[in-house]
Amino acid sequence: MEIESELTQAAAHLDNFSWSWRNQAIKMGVCLTGKMNDGPMIEVRDLTKRYAGRVAVDGISFSVARGEIVGLLGPNGAGKSTTLRILSCFLPATSGSARIAGFDVFTQHEEVRRRIGYMPENNPLHKDMRVRDYLKFRARLKGLGYKASRERVDVVMQQVGLADVGRRVIGHLSKGYQQRVGLADALVHDPELVILDEPTLGLDPNQIRAVRQLIKDLAPRHTVLLSSHILPEVEMTCGRVLILDRGRVLAADTPENLQKIFEASRAVVAEIAASAEELRNCWEAMAEVTHFDIAPAGGEYQRCTFTARAGVDLRPKIYEAVRQRGWRLRELTRDRYTLEDVFVRLTRPEKDEQ
Amino acid sequence: MMRVFLTLVRREVGAHFVSWTGYVVVAAMLFLLGLSFIGILHALNAEPLTQPLTEIFNDSFAFWVIVLIGVPLITMRSFAQEKHSGTFETLMTTPVSDVVVVAGKYAGALLMYCLMWVPLAPLLLVLRHYVTAPGALDYGVLGTTALGMFLLGGLYVAMGCLASSLTRSQVIAAIVTFAAGVAMFLLGFLAQATPPQLGLPALILHHVNMLAHMRDFSRGLLDTRALVFYTTATFLLLYLNLKAVESRRWK
Repeated sequence: MEIESELTQAAAHLDNFSWSWRNQAIKMGVCLTGKMNDGPMIEVRDLTKRYAGRVAVDGISFSVARGEIVGLLGPNGAGKSTTLRILSCFLPATSGSARIAGFDVFTQHEEVRRRIGYMPENNPLHKDMRVRDYLKFRARLKGLGYKASRERVDVVMQQVGLADVGRRVIGHLSKGYQQRVGLADALVHDPELVILDEPTLGLDPNQIRAVRQLIKDLAPRHTVLLSSHILPEVEMTCGRVLILDRGRVLAADTPENLQKIFEASRAVVAEIAASAEELRNCWEAMAEVTHFDIAPAGGEYQRCTFTARAGVDLRPKIYEAVRQRGWRLRELTRDRYTLEDVFVRLTRPEKDEQ
Repeated sequence: MMRVFLTLVRREVGAHFVSWTGYVVVAAMLFLLGLSFIGILHALNAEPLTQPLTEIFNDSFAFWVIVLIGVPLITMRSFAQEKHSGTFETLMTTPVSDVVVVAGKYAGALLMYCLMWVPLAPLLLVLRHYVTAPGALDYGVLGTTALGMFLLGGLYVAMGCLASSLTRSQVIAAIVTFAAGVAMFLLGFLAQATPPQLGLPALILHHVNMLAHMRDFSRGLLDTRALVFYTTATFLLLYLNLKAVESRRWK
């Protein structure tokens, strides 16, 4: 019995070893031992950060698995940037612990910094340098050799679409390109974890779309943790969302699940050509409708908004009613609760609700 | 580690030449050296020459102005500018240790200080060609003078880096460095005015008398007390600089 378990252990070790060896070959210079690859990428427990007289992060806990794209979402001042700064070893936490790839961010910060690519808020860059020189400089700082840094710089410049501006001075580039330089910098040493603080801040819609696609393409090779206060961005790029407010995690789930939480109270909207009188009579007779509003919507149309009993989909019933009476129907939709609504509901200051 | 260090040094020096500071410092340097060159030529005309030329130069107003103003201009950006623009955050989240960052920034600034003195070389060559008086430009004396200027610069640059690491504003860093530099310089005059009967204060002032130190160096005199003073003071300042960088991580 014992021998058998020992044998399996040995086999597992060997397996781990060869796996890590392959990784080592792929990730030039980035040392990975088999053991480190098992746990979650990020593990945060009761993390608290107090500035003089103010709590920025208030005992948050979460974990992120390898290959995930996770978004920290919250209004300004919710503690997103502080959390990311602690994870990237720039600031110490007041209490609690955070581990990245199994290494403590406070006691083993050099190991952690080797494994992360961090782009701070507002994407600070040496604006006086040329794109290629800057990336080479950054690659060297991150421990890549002369040849390796040149190769990696070429790869990331291709990856983020900087290939034709390599000779340009960073300060002369548009904001979108500067953002790509920041991303390229975060990726240049092929880190396991990429931490991006507000990666699309100040970009125009086209640039936002491009950056978003870039981020999406990072998984599953890299784990990504990003922060944002723009909801559609998180909704579109992230597999999981943590909603932060005043230093606490209010909710943590996939964007779809967060929407489902509010599904029960979703409203249905219909625009029907009929008199308000007729419509009112019809809806009052319908048992599933708990509440409705009728408002003129231009011409002969009336816009009706319904609230249904929990768990009931009103749409087929309304269609049936309209068909029987021979009304003209031009719209029948269910109000989608966007992540935005979830967000607003969760983060709304309590005094508003009272 | 060495590679990272050299990368940082290269960036520090390079940054002076992609912006205007490097050129301005070197240009101002040329102007002031020209002024002191006139002084030296006057001294040469007044026969007979009794001191080495280096002493005339290092005692001159131009030399001290260059050190006192040039160093703050060089060092003000080293940490303050990075803190202001936020690149300090990207720098400190790379796997580079604090010691290497401090050493790299210091070495870069010191190298820039040395580059600042490069325009001196052609002037010396010209003088060598025309000066016939024996002992006016001796290789040994030139060597000790260079060492003295290097040590003095080392101390001042360390002071400047420390000031820069304590603030986000380049202007404040420059002003603090300038004020501290002038204060150190003026201690030399205070030392000359303090009678030795005063005991310990006079002794201390005597040891930090940089005017006298430079005079010794430019005469070809190597005083170990001066060497010890400059190296220990420099290392103390660099240590404080390191602590200032580390303080970000204190709980």
